[in-house]
Amino acid sequence: MANSEWPLWEVFIRSKQGLSHKHVGSLRAPDAEMAVDNARDVYTRRSEGISIWVVESNEIHASHPIDADSLFEPAHSKVYRHPTFYDVPDGISHM
Amino acid sequence: MNTLFEYLVRLGDDSLILGHRLSEWCGHGPILEEDIAMTNIALDLVGQATSIFKYAGEVEDKGRNEDDIAFLRFDKDYKNALLVEQPNEDFGVTMMRQFLFDAFRKPLFEQLTKSSDKHLAAIAEKSLKETKYHLKHSAEWVIRLGDGTEESHGRVQDALNTLWRYTDELFFSNEVDADLRSKGIVFSSEELKATWSEMVKEVLAQATLSIPDNGWQHDGGRKGLHSEHLGYILAELQYMQRAYPGMEW
Repeated sequence: MANSEWPLWEVFIRSKQGLSHKHVGSLRAPDAEMAVDNARDVYTRRSEGISIWVVESNEIHASHPIDADSLFEPAHSKVYRHPTFYDVPDGISHM
Repeated sequence: MNTLFEYLVRLGDDSLILGHRLSEWCGHGPILEEDIAMTNIALDLVGQATSIFKYAGEVEDKGRNEDDIAFLRFDKDYKNALLVEQPNEDFGVTMMRQFLFDAFRKPLFEQLTKSSDKHLAAIAEKSLKETKYHLKHSAEWVIRLGDGTEESHGRVQDALNTLWRYTDELFFSNEVDADLRSKGIVFSSEELKATWSEMVKEVLAQATLSIPDNGWQHDGGRKGLHSEHLGYILAELQYMQRAYPGMEW
């Protein structure tokens, strides 16, 4: 039962307060059902969550670090994309 | 005889001894994930034993607490089924032992949630949640190992052949059960066995495993007559309390 024969899975947990699932780590498991079981045992032992997603790691496609400059730098000079230039009218609360 | 105390001791000893057996895997699991899974299950079982023995101490009313009952009895006072003291051997044996036990424990706790004894019903309610997961986990492994490679199939079939003769004892019933049944505290063990058989047959069929036709069955654990394995377990389990009485940490 060599570890290397089992695929790697990425684990996402939604906490009690959280609205979205957050990446918490990875693990090895023979299939999706066991991956969910293992995620429960490895990542929710201290009541960290109420929902689990697992995704096979090789199904995740990522941006390449080499492209980081062209992908992300152009946004740095565009502060007007943040909604901070508006005056909030009187009487609007919770903003 | 205090029948409720006797019954609680059986229930608690099954949890304690199997919990101890599983804890022996800690640091030795086939993979990290399974190491943690087995340790979690061991902790659930030891936790069950703690609350069951605490209540047993109150029922007995002789001033013994859960630690006294867990650590300071002699081997003949332990009433666990022989199945749970059987050695871990390989992972296949451990998972098969766990599955045969979980398939019994889940319907047992389901019954006990309806017990006229409210304290026992509450313990069953809490333990049932844990046991449902234990059963899911062990059944999934039995299916994967049985319906896996030639080697895993062979090993887990051997495990079934060895452990099958300890399964009838899970449904052991004597005057203790009869007395508690008449008070609505416990329920029919025949019904329990029917539910167990159905579950076990279904999972073993999926796992492409065959039930051995050797009809001979062990018993003794419920009467305090154990295999040689229990002595070694108790030596390890009780060492600290015997060597340093009353020690806490």
